Amino acid sequence: MERPTKIAIVDESPVRRAILEEGLRDAGFSNIVVIAETTGLLARLVQIEPDVVIIDLENPSRDVLEQMFQVSRLVSRPVAMFVDQSDNAMIGKAIEAGVSTYVVDGLKKDRVRPILETAIARFNAFQKLRLELEETKSKLEERKLVDRAKGILMRIKGVPEDEAYALLRRTAMNENRTLGQVAQSVITAAELLK
Amino acid sequence: MTKTIRIGFIPLLDAALLVTARDEGFAEAEGLSLDLVREVSWANIRDKLNVGLFDAAHILTPAAIASSLGLGHVTVPMVVPVNLNLNGNAITVSRQLYDQLAASADGDLTQPAVSARALKRICEARRAKGEAPLTFAKTFPFSMHHYHLRIWMKAGGVNPEEDVRLVVIPPPLMAKSLENGHIDGFCVGAPWNALTVAGGGAVVLHLGTQIVADCPEKALGVLGAYAARRPETIAALTRALVKAGRWCSDPANRPLLARHMAHHDVLGIAPQVIETILDGLLPLGGASPAAPSSHYIRFDPGALRPEPAQADFLLGQMVDAGQTEDTPDRRDAARAVLSTASFDEACGSIGTSVGAPRLLA
Repeated sequence: MERPTKIAIVDESPVRRAILEEGLRDAGFSNIVVIAETTGLLARLVQIEPDVVIIDLENPSRDVLEQMFQVSRLVSRPVAMFVDQSDNAMIGKAIEAGVSTYVVDGLKKDRVRPILETAIARFNAFQKLRLELEETKSKLEERKLVDRAKGILMRIKGVPEDEAYALLRRTAMNENRTLGQVAQSVITAAELLK
Repeated sequence: MTKTIRIGFIPLLDAALLVTARDEGFAEAEGLSLDLVREVSWANIRDKLNVGLFDAAHILTPAAIASSLGLGHVTVPMVVPVNLNLNGNAITVSRQLYDQLAASADGDLTQPAVSARALKRICEARRAKGEAPLTFAKTFPFSMHHYHLRIWMKAGGVNPEEDVRLVVIPPPLMAKSLENGHIDGFCVGAPWNALTVAGGGAVVLHLGTQIVADCPEKALGVLGAYAARRPETIAALTRALVKAGRWCSDPANRPLLARHMAHHDVLGIAPQVIETILDGLLPLGGASPAAPSSHYIRFDPGALRPEPAQADFLLGQMVDAGQTEDTPDRRDAARAVLSTASFDEACGSIGTSVGAPRLLA
């Protein structure tokens, strides 16, 4: 029996590396080492001797892995990006998802492909989560701004809450701006006039 | 109509022409809008160019040649229509190594041959005592940082393969790696030497200009296919960058250039540090005040023309480092990357140009 493929995940984001590790385990890969700290990265990898290294593109230490392509006394086995020239579409998908994979030469392509596919899928899932979180955060921020602006209008113009809100909405529509932007203008103006 | 070009860059001072072309209106005057995207690794730059996420990028000139030759990676044919600078590197060592070099020096330590001979003695002493070899860092395998270290070391008889260890470390981690003893020295570009020395515990040993004169460093890289498809865009971008180069090399513009580069979307550091570097005032060996080096980093139009002699020089360095073999085919391929013809077509004669890089050490 072949020895199980050993995968090293290099990622400083705890959530993303957990999502990726779970995905790889679900896909049947159990021999996984997670590296969160990137000082002395090459020495760690030499010690771990992974067959595949997965690293996110936000990590400056990606360039540390590039030297594994070189003939080096530090690395006993040559490394190649698994993808050959014909796999440009796969490289594109991985780069767009924000992930890169380094594979020890000689590892069969059909063993590498599911790893890369899992990595791409999980990175995309993480990205979606992150966008949703940012959206929720900005919506919450906008609501806070609108509430403050409403309060200002109610106080200065002496109108009830629903009317203050309607005024903000109407202005936003007329000026082709977001509710949050109009609310911010009201707050800024009120502060200037204090 | 304005055409938007997406350009990847690494936060380094030699991205100055790109930032200036955007911020001082040189790109706009050529009908271009530059969307500059900050990146964290040279590998990202190469890959995002390759898959078309970038139209062009700030690239290590040797890396553009290596990608075109398919060294260590998939082959990504690139063209350099214009250099972004010459020079700009320096070698920095830990205070501890500096003191050891000073103690072993047989002459003026500011001379690269003297410091390299001192390094050789230290290497031999360490080996005799059974100690681990000294470790030096570069930022990428295909970089002048790597070759500067090698040229310097060989000037004193140090064998870069046997006497020391050479590793890759991203610039933001250099200072920390020096501090915790993972490395003993490094070669990087601006502003990292100045920033590391300002933190204490490290000393600038040599400027790159003491080792190689008129040394190619960074360039604008585009895919060969992109250059073939959009020659007018490349020509317009080249002209904008040459105008930016003329502006950047006028000392009167240094304070404003420093402010552009200091912006949090670019380098995010104090403009004073950048001005010091632009003035060529990096203190050698901790000497204060520093002796100014007028060519520490060159942005003038004469420095921007890609030259066949630069390709020959870089290929020679790659061969010396065991990264490729010297064949007529490879020499032609390397020369084809540095596109003198594309530059001349875009700019006509600009009067000056530099010749081959020259070894000084």
